[in-house]
Amino acid sequence: MSESGMGGGRQPRWVVQSAPFLRQGVTTPGLMRDVLLAVAPVLVMAVLYFGASALLVCLAATLGAVLTEAAFAPRLPGRSRFARLTDGSALLTGVLLGLTLPPALPLWMAFLGGVVGIGLGKLIWGGLGHNLFNPALVGRAFLQAAFPLSLTTWSVPSRALGGNLWTLRAGNFAWPLMQPAAQPDAMTAATPLNLMKFDHQATALADLLRGQIAGSLGETSAAVILLAGIFLVARRAFDWRIPAAILTTVAAFSGVLWWLAPQRYPSPAFMLLSGGLMFGAVFMATDPVTSPLAPRGAWIFGAGVGVLVVLIRVWGGMPEGVMYAILLMNGAAPLIERVTQQRAFGHRALAARKAKAAAPGAGR
Amino acid sequence: MSSLSTLAASFRHGIHPSEHKEATEGLAIQRMPFVERYVLPLSMHTGAPCRPLVAVGDAVERGQVIAEPGGFVSTTLHSPVTGKVVALGPRRYPNGNLVQALEIEIDPFSPQRLLPRAPVDPFPLSDDEFVTEVQRAGLVGLGGAAFPTHVKYKPPPGKTVTRLVVNGCECEPYLTTDHRLMVERPDAILRGIAIAAHRLRVEETVIGVELNKPDAIRALEGAVVKAGAGDEVRVVPLRVKYPQGAEKMLIEAVYGFEVPSGGLPLDVGCVVNNVGTMAGLTDWFDGGQPLIERVVTVGGPGVERPANLLVPVGTPVRAVLDHCGGLKAATREVVMGGPMMGQPLAGLDVPVLKGTSGLLAFTEAETRLPAEYTCIKCGRCVDACPQFLNPSRLQRLARAGRWDEVERWFVNDCVECGSCTFACPSGIPVVQLIRVAKSALREQKAKEKAEAQAKEAEAKAAEAKAAQTTASAAAAGGQG
Repeated sequence: MSESGMGGGRQPRWVVQSAPFLRQGVTTPGLMRDVLLAVAPVLVMAVLYFGASALLVCLAATLGAVLTEAAFAPRLPGRSRFARLTDGSALLTGVLLGLTLPPALPLWMAFLGGVVGIGLGKLIWGGLGHNLFNPALVGRAFLQAAFPLSLTTWSVPSRALGGNLWTLRAGNFAWPLMQPAAQPDAMTAATPLNLMKFDHQATALADLLRGQIAGSLGETSAAVILLAGIFLVARRAFDWRIPAAILTTVAAFSGVLWWLAPQRYPSPAFMLLSGGLMFGAVFMATDPVTSPLAPRGAWIFGAGVGVLVVLIRVWGGMPEGVMYAILLMNGAAPLIERVTQQRAFGHRALAARKAKAAAPGAGR
Repeated sequence: MSSLSTLAASFRHGIHPSEHKEATEGLAIQRMPFVERYVLPLSMHTGAPCRPLVAVGDAVERGQVIAEPGGFVSTTLHSPVTGKVVALGPRRYPNGNLVQALEIEIDPFSPQRLLPRAPVDPFPLSDDEFVTEVQRAGLVGLGGAAFPTHVKYKPPPGKTVTRLVVNGCECEPYLTTDHRLMVERPDAILRGIAIAAHRLRVEETVIGVELNKPDAIRALEGAVVKAGAGDEVRVVPLRVKYPQGAEKMLIEAVYGFEVPSGGLPLDVGCVVNNVGTMAGLTDWFDGGQPLIERVVTVGGPGVERPANLLVPVGTPVRAVLDHCGGLKAATREVVMGGPMMGQPLAGLDVPVLKGTSGLLAFTEAETRLPAEYTCIKCGRCVDACPQFLNPSRLQRLARAGRWDEVERWFVNDCVECGSCTFACPSGIPVVQLIRVAKSALREQKAKEKAEAQAKEAEAKAAEAKAAQTTASAAAAGGQG
């Protein structure tokens, strides 16, 4: 059609794009950025507690994840192979994986975890948005299966080492494919969950809240993680129902056990604040790709994670079960989504009308 | 009331796009001057096309019937000007199709007076007479879908109407036509309501107006008091939310009723009419003026002088834009209707229709496609969808071409409001993909139906043939 309706001079190009023309302005990289922003204080706390080793482990895992994404993700047409990275998802996977690892882990293992997390956890499924399981947890599950000893060697916080943040842990620098030398006993400690499971010894709740405990990098300070979660809920970066369901279920389930036999079972407060629960509930289970997309589904998914966590912690062979609980529920997410699909507008009324019509003269 | 904005009624889900109404909401409606030629498509409403009653060369008067309804769900077409029919043939329609249209050249020496018609008292008419009268006025829903109004005043037997819901939401950003009408002609709207409410024998009438139009709410409330209709008519302020003007959403906002899937407002005892349609009833019964002109908001960042114009139906879009100072050089796209559901135009040589609520000119900023990422199932579309669908799932299935499955995920309940695309952080054209899925599904259904019919016809033919042979064999046997 003619374009003479336009002003004189050079004719600008017309487009015929279909409505809507307005957008909210929230973008996927923006959402990833929000989560990275929320996880930053957790990382800072990890460095404060475990020293520079924490940063190194996170960096190694992130490098593994990002390089794998750049090398193997399908290229965007006409763009550099690094263009994929701009969505920020591989970076986030790497950082989250790093924060689930112990501080003295050999760096090559952390790197390998990142590679496996992105490779087997995401790319093999078709990349961002297509994976069934949380990539960071796939990476961690792989490491746990391959190097069980290194993954359960919990070093003491830096304070116990003299408080120098720059003291690096020897374990970090084991040669690739080599296990680190056994650490002296003074350098390692049991996590609160270990203490509970094997020695029946509870840790003070204040220590759990502040994070002055042995454990994975990111799982130490429940308070910081909780604040990060509140920030993310305010930014609508994830479905608040999932962490709410997980925490409520764990509290309720362990609360009942504790009420029945307070001598045998840990208190609900201890259950909530220890181990990877808070970190998993806020940062792992809420991954939108691997959780059900339906409000009722989110409740079921979260409740499932909560029940599994308590089952594994209380009756399982391992002291901690958050990772497997989330991975198992990831597998069930599509099924949950399918059965909890909300009824479309007008279908309730339609069903009611049909039922009325089908009722043989009832109510007349 | 407006201070209680967060407590005001609304429907569930929906979105909050920025309103962009500042440019035109304060501008009084102005009459667009007459131009040389008018193009009147014979089908600018939902339903059967009109049948032309004039021939090329005929002189016509402003307000004269030039085409009659082509069925019950169809309406009358009037000449918007005094002049001469110069053509009857295919003309470009805003959606790009060619449709049969009458072209009328204005008589430059005519004073353009309306063909006189004595006022009709609508109250003593019988129901059928009233419906015919409204059909004779050429009235259609002025919100955009252009559904013939008279059809709504003839509920099928067995359906009772108890409530008239008058739509003054105007939830589409940029548009301010209904807003101005409510501010400038509240008495005409109230008079139309009296006519419609009497005919439908409703118990109550509500006018739903969003809280971003406090002056309209005040004007209508004043008119209600003036008309002494306080017992029957309520002005209901609604929370500002899109798509509140969709009739099912409006009913939910006001009454909390859910119109059954595939059903009509009638199924919950409601009739929904636009405020413009109410004023149109008044114009026809009291003033003898059929629907030959309507208010159009000309706006958007690409237009020189935004305005609310009273435009004769059939005026070329180009003429309207020129009257508003033309388009800025930065204009990339012109849209007929609102920015959420409007029709993009491939050219400006198309007419303003009865259903045209706005002409919006957009620049680079509004038309630039956002960077697209894969769906991460964040659920923002699910929270936005007023129909409680799963747009994330639907766009995925549409991409994969799985038409059978989209139907099971309620694709046909989609009202195409575009809230999903608006909310999507991954820049996915969700509603656009759903539209593709809907039309593909329709095509597949039509094909299946045609195949089934062909098969049936074949089977029948074979049966008939078999019957014939047995009959002739029997006849032969009888002879032997």
